[in-house]
Amino acid sequence: MLKPFCVCVYVIWLREIRKFARERTRLFAMLGQPLLYLLIMGQGLRAIFSIDIPGFDYLSFMYPGIIGMTILFTAMFASVSIIWDREFGVLKEVLVAPVPRSAIAVGKALGGSTTAVIQGTILLLLAPFVGISLTLVAVLQLIPLMFLLAFAITSLGVLVAARTETMEGFHMIMNFIIMPLFMLSGAFFPIGSAPEWMQPLMKANPVAYGVDAFRNIFFAGSEVLDFIVYYPLYYDVLVLVAFSTVTVLLGMQAFRKVD
Amino acid sequence: MVKGEGLALIEVKNLHKTYKSIAAVSDLSFSVDSGEFFGFLGPNGAGKTTTIKILATLVRPTSGTVTLNGYDVVRQATDVRRSIGMVFQDPSLDERLTAVENMELHGMLYGMQRGLMKAEITKLLELVDLGDRRNDMVRSFSGGMKRRLEIARGLLHQPPVLFLDEPTVGLDPQTRKHIWDYISEVRKSRGATIFLTTHYMEEAEGCHRVGIIDHGRLVAIDTPSALKKSAVKDVLTLRTSDPAVAVAIIRDELGIEPDLDGETITLTAPDDGESYLARLVALIPGITAIGVNRPTLEDVFLKLTGRDIRDEPVSALDRMRTRHRSVSRRGKH
Ligand SMILES: Nc1ncnc2c1ncn2[C@@H]1O[C@H](COP(=O)(O)OP(=O)(O)O)[C@@H](O)[C@H]1O
Ligand SMILES: [Mg+2]
Repeated sequence: MLKPFCVCVYVIWLREIRKFARERTRLFAMLGQPLLYLLIMGQGLRAIFSIDIPGFDYLSFMYPGIIGMTILFTAMFASVSIIWDREFGVLKEVLVAPVPRSAIAVGKALGGSTTAVIQGTILLLLAPFVGISLTLVAVLQLIPLMFLLAFAITSLGVLVAARTETMEGFHMIMNFIIMPLFMLSGAFFPIGSAPEWMQPLMKANPVAYGVDAFRNIFFAGSEVLDFIVYYPLYYDVLVLVAFSTVTVLLGMQAFRKVD
Repeated sequence: MVKGEGLALIEVKNLHKTYKSIAAVSDLSFSVDSGEFFGFLGPNGAGKTTTIKILATLVRPTSGTVTLNGYDVVRQATDVRRSIGMVFQDPSLDERLTAVENMELHGMLYGMQRGLMKAEITKLLELVDLGDRRNDMVRSFSGGMKRRLEIARGLLHQPPVLFLDEPTVGLDPQTRKHIWDYISEVRKSRGATIFLTTHYMEEAEGCHRVGIIDHGRLVAIDTPSALKKSAVKDVLTLRTSDPAVAVAIIRDELGIEPDLDGETITLTAPDDGESYLARLVALIPGITAIGVNRPTLEDVFLKLTGRDIRDEPVSALDRMRTRHRSVSRRGKH
């Protein structure tokens, strides 16, 4: 039972990676958006957010949020492509094969996470331009954290997509899942400075923990760390691991019933 | 891989499938032997796809039992899946991968050993004439090429049974003929049992046995020639210089009441029509033309169901798919 499961996970993952590697234009198209956010939103809000803390710069505050955003978008798009697969029949080929269907959920989530991490890693190249100097150690810490956030989001995407049968459903996901997750991620403003009513919503958002984890790494040892981060790193990691585990199990369960 | 050679490979007993209030399949019972070329014939909505999906473990029956290759489709689904190859009614290839990649991912899913898989892929792609397109993106393939690739893929893991759900639907007549030739070729060279569905009469004619399904019920099942014999009689047509005399002779000598329509006499043969040809020629002087009109499966269907089997309007989904296909093909140029 374990071998067919792993083989199926690998096949689904490989399919995603092959297509991703082939479509380099997508890679660059996906980089355009974060750049626009950094240039326009970042520069625009920088003036307003001039908090009187020495060493604080809005652009470098927002940068980890933009990485979180890129991972959110890439991961979510990759996992809801299941809806396409279903619409255009690709999924049926796997459903009729002698492999456990739950493996589809895991394979899709891992495939989407891998591509999202690649996107996020490329964005790290921008760090010097926003005034952050990255060490190799920091990069090596960031990659698994990016993967963790990506896996949490793809698991969620897979779970939602398993229950969505149409393209209309896809637009619903866009409007009612991705955008709120993005807005409430703490990318633009710290959780602590948000209005009381908004804070619980932000604390229920897995993306916020990913962004918070990134900030823990980016601003490690900086005097503004306490103002910028909300939770300690271990707590962010724990929440993301717990969230991913629950959603991926639910996604696997949902796929057992897909037909 | 095939268990119990000579026994029924597929055994369907009292199969029912009800979707909410629609009975998609009602009380089907039939069996398919190993090595057989079996066709399921019926109009759109008859229940062909539903039956195939149940046999392929994709849909659970409401009641009844199905065994395939000795395995129960509900309780031993994984063993059944290992025993079948499937070509779905709608395309199921990954358009953004190459022909070989589509094949390889399939082979991996079926746990094929790498060396065997590579060799089989080369062989099968040659068999369906896609050898020189093996590294091309499926997106650039025509409808017929995609179908051929799907047939090759369905056979890759060497299943005892290959299911083909309307393998030629949506293709132009010439391509349909080609696909049909490939299926015959595949059947001969691989010796696989083939179970296909179609709503084209002329395709069903080529099967060993045909099951006619209408409104979810099996109305007849037999060889095409036996079906025709049992349902509809042969009709003889002749012309003579003196029709009135001929009518009298036929009535007196053969005890059959012929029809006279202008110059043309038609009569229904009680048994094999051809055996009457020589007798009529000997009996009637001055015959200028004579022929036997053998019934087609179309006539059988009409007789059994009281309706014509005909292309019904394509569904919205089919239309969308066709459009999608033509768009992606246009995008290529
Ligand atoms: N998933 C489903 N839900 C509800 N009704 C269905 C479903 N699948 C098929 N049907 C109905 O069952 C009947 C048989 O359909 P199908 O097996 O697809 O016919 P065919 O393949 O012969 O055209 C049709 O009336 C169809 O509308
Ligand atoms: Mg059908």
